[in-house]
Order: sequence, then structure tokens, then C-alpha cells
Amino acid sequence: MSRITNDKNADYSRRQFLIGTTTAGLMMAFAPSAALAGNTPASERLQNKQFNPTIWFEIDQTGAILVNVTRAEMGQHVGTALARIVADELGADWNRVSFKHVDTDPKWGYMVTGGSWSVFQSYVPMSQAGAASREALIEAAAALLGVAAKDCKTENSQVICGSKRMDFAEIVKRGKIDKTYSDEKLATFSPKPAAKRTLIAKPSKALDIPAKSTGAARYGIDAELDGMIYARPLIPPTRYGSSVLKIDDSAAKKVKGYIGYKVLEDPAEILQGWVSVLADTYHGAIKAADAVKVSYKAGETAEVSEQDLIAEGERLVADKSSGGLFVEHGNIDTAAKQAKKSIEGLYRTASVLHFALEPVNATVKFKDGICHVYTGNQWQSLFLPVVAKSVGLSEDQVIIHQHYLGGGFGRRLAGDYMLPAALTAKATGKPVKLVFTREDDSRFDCIRSPSVQHFAAYWDADNALQGIEHAAAAGWPTLTMAPGFMPDSVDKKTKVDSFSISGADHWYSLNNHRVRAINNTLAQKTFVPGWLRAVGPGWIGWGVESFMDEVAHAQGDDPASFRLKLLDAKGKNAGKAPEAVGGAKRLAHVLQEAKTRANWGRKLPKNEGLGLAIAAGQERGMPTWSACIAHVKVDPSSGKVSVIKLTSVMDCGMVVHPDGALAQTEGAMLWGLSMALHEGTAIKEGQVADRNLNTYTPLRMSDVPELDISFVQNTEFPTGLGEPGVIAVAPAIGNAIFNAVGARLRNLPIKPADVKAAMKA
Amino acid sequence: MTTFTLNGKKISSSAPGDTPLLWVIRDEFGLKGTKFGCGIAMCGACTVHMNGNPMRSCSLPLAAASNADIRTIEGLEARHPLQKAWVEEQVPQCGYCQSGQIMQAAALLANKANPSDDEIVQYMSGNLCRCMSYVRIKRAIKSAAQSSDGVIQIYDPKRQTVVDDSLSAHADEQGVS
Repeated sequence: MSRITNDKNADYSRRQFLIGTTTAGLMMAFAPSAALAGNTPASERLQNKQFNPTIWFEIDQTGAILVNVTRAEMGQHVGTALARIVADELGADWNRVSFKHVDTDPKWGYMVTGGSWSVFQSYVPMSQAGAASREALIEAAAALLGVAAKDCKTENSQVICGSKRMDFAEIVKRGKIDKTYSDEKLATFSPKPAAKRTLIAKPSKALDIPAKSTGAARYGIDAELDGMIYARPLIPPTRYGSSVLKIDDSAAKKVKGYIGYKVLEDPAEILQGWVSVLADTYHGAIKAADAVKVSYKAGETAEVSEQDLIAEGERLVADKSSGGLFVEHGNIDTAAKQAKKSIEGLYRTASVLHFALEPVNATVKFKDGICHVYTGNQWQSLFLPVVAKSVGLSEDQVIIHQHYLGGGFGRRLAGDYMLPAALTAKATGKPVKLVFTREDDSRFDCIRSPSVQHFAAYWDADNALQGIEHAAAAGWPTLTMAPGFMPDSVDKKTKVDSFSISGADHWYSLNNHRVRAINNTLAQKTFVPGWLRAVGPGWIGWGVESFMDEVAHAQGDDPASFRLKLLDAKGKNAGKAPEAVGGAKRLAHVLQEAKTRANWGRKLPKNEGLGLAIAAGQERGMPTWSACIAHVKVDPSSGKVSVIKLTSVMDCGMVVHPDGALAQTEGAMLWGLSMALHEGTAIKEGQVADRNLNTYTPLRMSDVPELDISFVQNTEFPTGLGEPGVIAVAPAIGNAIFNAVGARLRNLPIKPADVKAAMKA
Repeated sequence: MTTFTLNGKKISSSAPGDTPLLWVIRDEFGLKGTKFGCGIAMCGACTVHMNGNPMRSCSLPLAAASNADIRTIEGLEARHPLQKAWVEEQVPQCGYCQSGQIMQAAALLANKANPSDDEIVQYMSGNLCRCMSYVRIKRAIKSAAQSSDGVIQIYDPKRQTVVDDSLSAHADEQGVS
């Protein structure tokens, strides 16, 4: 699978790990292999900051341990999880550990936070770095104490040998450490066995939470620069192809503090037809922008509607020549030809907004030939080059200063909101803080594309399921924003956005299985499709798991036992080490557990039902095994659905930060519920119709059902948790509605009118 | 010129009277803990207290705050029992809405020391948490309420009895590289 990595960053094997005393203390960092460094000792290379690409951590002379974190903090407490991996291996006193979210500098390596990858990708290298550093500290302490290194251990930031002990602070002060670990040597350190862990998988409090409870946490929107002016953008009628014809700012001149406007010329062509309006306060900029009248020549998608996009999706899934194959197992054409029975299902999802509560914004200044961007962003390495191109600088002349993110959810993987700020700062020659209003933020959102999926299932004469054919069409985020990350389709016909079809390659064993991934080109032209929490599986799972229920019912099986039969962990579903040990068996296990916890099969009052769904998000190459059972109640007169309880069992391998894992899963499941029943917008005249909370209505506290979340306790390789909890919720609810009142829902969000209509059908 | 009390200090602003109080607090007086979310009083991220009542400062004109007693999250001085409960229950995820959540909850507890679950839900449902930390917000409010021994707390930073200093160390800015 095309997990987003970068050769420079992901291939740890071609690097060395340096541990050395510097004037600041003890520093530990990865560096390029010795061929590039000659015979320079580690301490000197570290002192002179000749490390690249990624430094991990340092210990100063007071024993304070600082872990540098390149991942963005957006609510997942990632710094805490990563710092605990290092600290556990070191044998550090957790009270002396802190972390810092670093700015962009080539030395940090490739910077992206998404896909629920942070722990998954960092676990082994950070464990090894911690273990090597522990060894170096022990050797230095043993020399100072006059004991044998093999008799020493570390605990609470002390090296201990019998009754003798020495604090890390003293080792740093007195010792002279100068060690270089080769890639082979580093690879000999395996992460501590679970029984010896002191921090990982133990209860802990996230280090970022106190500041987020006092108002002290600083987000991009809180950045301030001396002499800055405020800007609000005016967003053109279409994402592409708009141009400014005429501007009348006579009314704006009456607004106190109005400075003027700038038409933004973007050489990167991300912004087409943009104007920013300037004032000495943000309120002034809002009022002035409302008063500026701009006439545009709109692009070709100015009249596109949600219905147009869905109709195009329906056309594409029906056209068997469209798209490229993502799964081709057996021969579905033969199975179809020989079938004695078949069913079909057409599933749709509406546009969804990210609606991160902090509207996108950036503050920018140019100083000494460097463009400084102050913002919160998930994928600095993707948009830094775009900012550079926009403002006409080279990539090493742009620095992104990372702040906390007031919500990411995938919105801030795209850094497009930095561009109007940078271009306005360049055009005015002044530091500029540009903030989108909520409505502007919604109009400029890279939404979750509307989608259409078609399924067909085939049975032979013995009523044995022979296979499933699946086609899915949507706008593809990766195609617009990072096309280099798209692999070839199985039939080599085209490139495929695997993030937008992931989940269709599920873990059920089928004799014949075909999945076709299709780009909805009209969607692609109309808006920038975005990665939104759970990405492809977030809507693919709606179709796959609802249709699996249809198939179970069509052959008269209980939906749980039907699934368990297909989860035989044979062939490609056997799983592989290290990340998918056990394969489909672990999926079967969470399903069994969920059945027990939710008392599956029990008798319920009229109009109530249980429904289940499973998922192995976020990707087949990084499966977090999950099962969800929804308990719903349907009001037959209105069609209104109330969710009484959601039961989820998750298996993400070792849980590095248990309370953080629970918090992420609570949030993810409620996102799943929100997108199932409460959210969803429509494209109208080329833009999203719902732009604020008066009509866009995410879940509130009053909508929260009872949640029963549990994690399988094991010591398998840790996978990811930020997103997978989303996936199974919507289909579990849809399946529960069917079991409650016999209505099969195939569109998200589920609307009362659709429920009523399906009940009559 | 509009004069009002901000976290116990008398201050004046020369901003136009129709300027939402939010921007005056944030940009003129530099108190960044109060957040901008929706701009139409429907998310609650901008919640402050005016004369003890929770108000959406994004939609409250400066002129309406004339002579009023305004308190922001910073005015709780990191000592409110709710703030301790927020850490104990590990409530915040991205944290952006939490100043508003805490101000809303503080107003609830000031008027009702031991609210029922339904009362909490009723009172808090105007505050959006996009990370959906609702389960923990509710739990933290209950735990703060229960730790108060049924005494109605009208928050007053000068009254040391409800003060907890454990968070004050964290009141420094965080999150900037």
C-alpha cells in the first residue's frame, strides 16, 4: 500500500545513530551514513548540528529530557505517546520528560501527520534509539562508578548497579559520550518485552492537556507579529478558473481601519481569482470584505450540483470500462455468468465538511529573504514547496512555525490556506494575519467527496455465495494534492488513489472478488477533494458492511455468523508479521467479543434493533481490527432514528497510551455517528451549501449515546487509532435500522424521510 | 470609548461599539484563551462571563459590555475546580473549544452546585466540541460538582477556598515552536 513515506525519512537502514556530549548536554540523533561524514566523531557532528534528517531527543545537564516531535498536535496527544516510547526504553523519570513541536527544517526530515501512522511508523525506530541511548548512558556511568556495564540497569533516570547509582544529569555533566551506532548495530535492539515496560501501555496523563485547560495553549490563530495587519480573503465563485473582472471598494472605505485590497496572483495556480481585504483589525477586515463588491468571471463548474456529482458517480460505476481494478481475485465474470441468484446494491454518501473549530488561518512575514509562516499544519512537507513557488522563493527560504491545531481531521493535511496569507504579505510588504471566517472556511474546505458505490453478489445453484463485484466512484484527494503517492491499479490501466478505495480490500474470504476504483472527474474539477478522518474507509465501509448484511439476509443467515464464516484467515487473509499477525482471525475475535458485550441476538422491544459491522482500518497494511454493534430505536411515524448505545471492541495491538487511545476512539465513534445521522451537505452552484452551524449540524452533547469501548489486551505490533473507530459505526447503525423496522438504508447521512420511505418499500 | 471590567481590572477600549467583544479581548487586550469558532453564537468557543452569565463574545457588541464585569478563561487563573477536573478526566483533545466549555460549565456550577445529568446536557449542548470529547466534558463537570460537597460555588478568585494551584505552573504559553 502506498503509505505516505519518503525515502530520505523512512529508510532508517541507511543511517547512523549518533550519541554524543555537546555543550548543551547529551544529544541523540539519526544522521546520514559515515560515508558522508568522513571520520568526524559523533560529538562533533552533533555539536555542529551535522545531523540529518531527524533528531530525536536530548538530555541537558539538569537531567531534563527533551523529545523533539515532528508530528502535529491536533488532539491526539501524539507528543506524549512518542515521548513515552523513548522514555520507556531509556529508563527515564517521566516527570523530567518534555517535548517540543518543531518548525520546518530539512534536518527534521519529512513532516506529515495523518493516516493514524504516527505511533505505527515511529515505534520501532524510537524504541531502538532509546535502547541505544540507554546503553551509552550505562557505559558512561559504569566507567565513572568503576563497575561493569553488564551489571547496570536504568530506572527513574538513574543508572543503578547494586547499591551504587548515578543520575542521568550527573552522567551528562561528568561523562564524555561519543558513540556512533551503525544501522546493523541499531537493528539488534528490539523493543523491550511488554513485561518490562514502565511507561508504555500504562496509565498516563497527556502533557499538552493542562495548557488546554487554562487558555494558555497557542494555536495558529493566536499568532501575533509586530506591525501586522489583518486580512480576510474573498473567495471566488468556483475553485478553479475564476478571475476578477472588477472591484468596487467605495463602500469599504467607510469602514474604520480599512487599508485596501489586493488581487492575489498565484504562480502556483492554487488560488484563482482571489482577493484579500485588509484592515487594522480583524473585525474591520470582515466588515470591509463584506462591503467590497467584486465581479468575477466564474469557472466552468459554477452551476454544478450535488445531484450532478451523484449522477456522474452512478454513470461511472455502471460503466464497466471506467476506472482501474484495485482487487481482482478469482473470476467474477464467470461467477456472474453461472449465478443462479444475485442481488445488487447502490450506496451513496453526501459531501461532508471537516468543520475544524479553528477556522483555517496563517500569519506570515518576510524577513531577511525568508518567508516565515505561523500556523498549524499536518503535512508541512507537502505545502512548503507550494508556498515557496507562490511567493517566488526557494524551498529553503520558507519556514513553517508549527502551532497547535484547533482540529485537524485531515483538513490541515492541505496547507492551501497558507497561500493567501503569504501572497498578501508579499504584496503589502507587511506582516499579515489572514483568518477565514467560518463561512469562508467552509467554502474553501477540501470536503469529503460525495460518493457512489455499486455492489453485486452472486450465488450458485446450491445457494453458496460465489463472489462480490464492487465499484466505487468519488473525487480523489491524492490525485489533486499528492499524485506521486498513487500506485498503479492491479490491471495497470490507471493510477489509483488507494486512500480513496482502502477498505474495499477487506478480510473476508471470497471465491471471486473484484473491486474497481473510479475517479469522479466532475467532482475533481468542482472542488478539491479532501482526506477526512478515516478517509476512504469512512465511506467505503458504509457500502461494504451494509451490503454484507444484505448478502447475509439474502441467504437467510445471521449477519454475525455469516461474517464469522467468511473470516477464515486463509490465503491472503492469514495476515503477516509484524503488523497483521493473525489476520482475519483477529477480526473474528473482536466480532465475537462485541457480540458478547452487546448481548447479540437478544429480544428487543418493537422498533428497536441491533446491527453490527466490522472494519480493519486504516489500511490493509496497518489494520486496527474493530467491531461495532449499534442499538437503535426508530420512530415509525417520523422515521427518526435514535442511537441508544454503541459497543465497540478494538484491537490495535499494544496500546501505547491507553487513555489517549480511549479518547481517540470515543471521538472517532462519535464522528462516525455524526456523519451517519447529523452531518452532510450538498454542492450547490459549485460550492458547499451549508457553511455554518445554522444549517450544518454536527453531533452535540445531547446526541451522545451510551458508549461501551474496549481494547483487546495483547502485545502485538501497535497500529493506529485516530481514525479506525469511525468506520464501522455508520453501517452498524444502518444494519440496526434494518433489524429494527426492515428498512434498508443506502444513503448517508440517514434522513428520517429516507427511513420512512424505506419502511414502506 | 467603552469602559468595562476585564478579569477584575477596569479597562477602556476605543474600538467601534459594534466590534464583537471577542476581538477586543483577543486582539486589543491580548487574552487569546477565548476562541473564534463560528461567529454566529452557535459553537460556544468564544464563551465569556458577563456579570456572571455565559455570553457568546463573538456576537456581543462591545457597546453592550459597557460597565459590565467581564471574565474570561484567563480570569479563572488556572485555579477553578473545573480546570483541575479537566486534567483529571483528560478532557481536551485539540483543546480549541475547551475555554468556552469550561466557561459555560463554570456558569452552570455557579448557579447549580450539583446538576443532574440532564441538566448538564441541557446546559452544555450549545457548546460544540468537534473532537467530540463530550463524554469526558460531562464526567469532568460531575466530578467537579461532586468534589464541591454541595456548596454552591460562585467563583471568586479572591476566595481561596475553591482554589487549586496545581495548574498554575502550566499557565504559560504552550504550543508554539
